Amino acid sequence: MEKNIRCIVAKPGLDGHDRGAKVISRGLRDAGLEVIYTGLHQTADDIVESVVQEDPDVLLLSILSGAHTILFPEIMKKFKEEGINDVLILGGGIIPDEDIAKMKEVGISEIFGPGTKIQEIVDYIKSHLKR
Amino acid sequence: MESSIKSSKIDLDIYNLIEKMRKGDRRAVARLITKVENGGPEVSKQIIKEIYPETGKSFIIGITGSPGSGKSTLTNQIASEYLKKGLKISIIAVDPTSPFSGGALLGDRIRMKSNFTNKNLFIRSMANRGKLGGLAMATKEAIHIFDAYGSDIIIVETVGVGQSEIDIFKSAHTTLVIMPPGMGDEIQAIKAGITEITDIFVVNKMDRNEADKRVNELETMLDIAENIVVDQKNHNIRIIKSNKWRPPVIKTNAISGENVPELIELIESHREFSKTTGLKNKKLAYRYKHYVVDIIQYFQNKDIERLIFSNPKINEFIDQILSYKTGSDPYSISEMILELFSKRYFS
Ligand code: B12
Ligand SMILES: Nc1nc2c(ncn2[C@@H]2O[C@H](COP(=O)(O)OP(=O)(O)O)[C@@H](O)[C@H]2O)c(=O)[nH]1
Ligand SMILES: [Mg+2]
Repeated sequence: MEKNIRCIVAKPGLDGHDRGAKVISRGLRDAGLEVIYTGLHQTADDIVESVVQEDPDVLLLSILSGAHTILFPEIMKKFKEEGINDVLILGGGIIPDEDIAKMKEVGISEIFGPGTKIQEIVDYIKSHLKR
Repeated sequence: MESSIKSSKIDLDIYNLIEKMRKGDRRAVARLITKVENGGPEVSKQIIKEIYPETGKSFIIGITGSPGSGKSTLTNQIASEYLKKGLKISIIAVDPTSPFSGGALLGDRIRMKSNFTNKNLFIRSMANRGKLGGLAMATKEAIHIFDAYGSDIIIVETVGVGQSEIDIFKSAHTTLVIMPPGMGDEIQAIKAGITEITDIFVVNKMDRNEADKRVNELETMLDIAENIVVDQKNHNIRIIKSNKWRPPVIKTNAISGENVPELIELIESHREFSKTTGLKNKKLAYRYKHYVVDIIQYFQNKDIERLIFSNPKINEFIDQILSYKTGSDPYSISEMILELFSKRYFS
């Protein structure tokens, strides 16, 4: 049997666009992954605590509000402080191309935009798991 | 041959995690639970042997009831109430694995947002991975891990399919069954088997119509149940339920928190009742009896499988089956093998 992959899908900040997050949560479940959906309005502390307790293989952050330039670095800083470095962290939503390099610099492994197929996300996860 | 249950080796990796947990490291607690989920009894054995003397201190509350009845929302309220008292709370929330994809959408945590960053609270979502009975295979071990971690209270939320969630009774000290008002005939379906496991009935969503009606229905059902004499031999569970405890019925609003302090009082009075009447120990004995059966079955199965497939002495018995004679049928041969097995003929 294949290893059960655990994921957390979280929506940081005040962004209320949760359709994409719900679509990927269901999609990943249907692809055989275990998905913990933590819902809207997550602070960086909420997200880090959820990761500490749930011990997922993957964290998926979805932002469409434009606040990623502030929130992603803030979240990644907290992970560094906690010494968490074996979780694959992905971002997605509305992230302009010119921001992608910066997001990767702070530790987001990959960014996925509108129109991403679930299978692309699954394939990426399976080939980039950190443990 | 050496029985597979006997080896007492412990992986260094696991031992280090336990040591970290002893110092209060929350990531180590989480990783130990992951190990149990993925590693099964071989890993559980190592962990439980090491931490068992540090367990037995937590009070375990089980929460069951149909999907959407408000289990997660109420669990969060109960946790909040205990957190106010400065207690350390752990929650295990079990949701179903999809039989089609093998994946799961674990949505209980979303109802518990208000307490996410409270360091006295630990929430763990768990997919049942196809296990029947309302809990996951790893739930028992996760309870022991949270116990050793020093949780004052452990709340276990079951999958909530209704009728056959008997496993929670084996794990919890006090079991709550949550029912929403106005589901008509559902009570008929639920009552078979559910009164046996219930310590407290909660009619949640009291803000809706018909909550009082549901309370009355439950009280009536309990009146009837009290008057039914059950054949004790065949009702293991009923024997260890004290007939001096009639499950109280309480209405709650899990969103506003109305009546939650009163519910806590009921939980505490059941806890006290269980302790003073000896019911708690009877339940524990029942729990561990089942735990032991599970463990023995698992390792026995493995031993027997290993024997059948890898011990050459077994082939002469298998060959006998091929003779198609009286007494050489698979049942007779199995009986013979089992008997020789118990006499250590194969070792
Ligand atoms: C639907 C929508 C809404 C709905 C949201 C309903 C809901 N509950 O989700 C409503 C009407 C409420 C809404 C409101 C607003 N919206 Co609006 N909205 C949209 C719209 C048209 C579509 C979003 C959507 O649902 N797409 C469908 C889903 C399935 O796709 P998705 O989210 O992109 O997700 C996919 C991928 O991106 C990826 N993905 C997403 N996240 C992640 C994460 C990871 C880790 C991975 C791997 C993949 C991944 O996977 C998904 C599947 O492919 C977009 C424009 C657009 N075309 O994107 C604007 C848009 C996002 N909204 C916008 C704005 C400005 C607003 C408002 C501020 C408008 C206002 N002034 O009131 C409000 C804010 C609301 C709030 N509280 O946050 C702007 C944002 C601009 C920006 N970022 O700079 C957009 C881009 C429109 C625009 N071009 O201006 N909105
Ligand atoms: N009106 C009302 N809704 C409630 C109450 N408790 C829970 N809910 C809602 O019922 C839905 C299911 O709740 P949830 O806790 O997820 O139920 P579970 O599936 O049993 O865990 C959610 O939308 C809750 O907000 C209540 O007391 N009153
Ligand atoms: Mg729930």
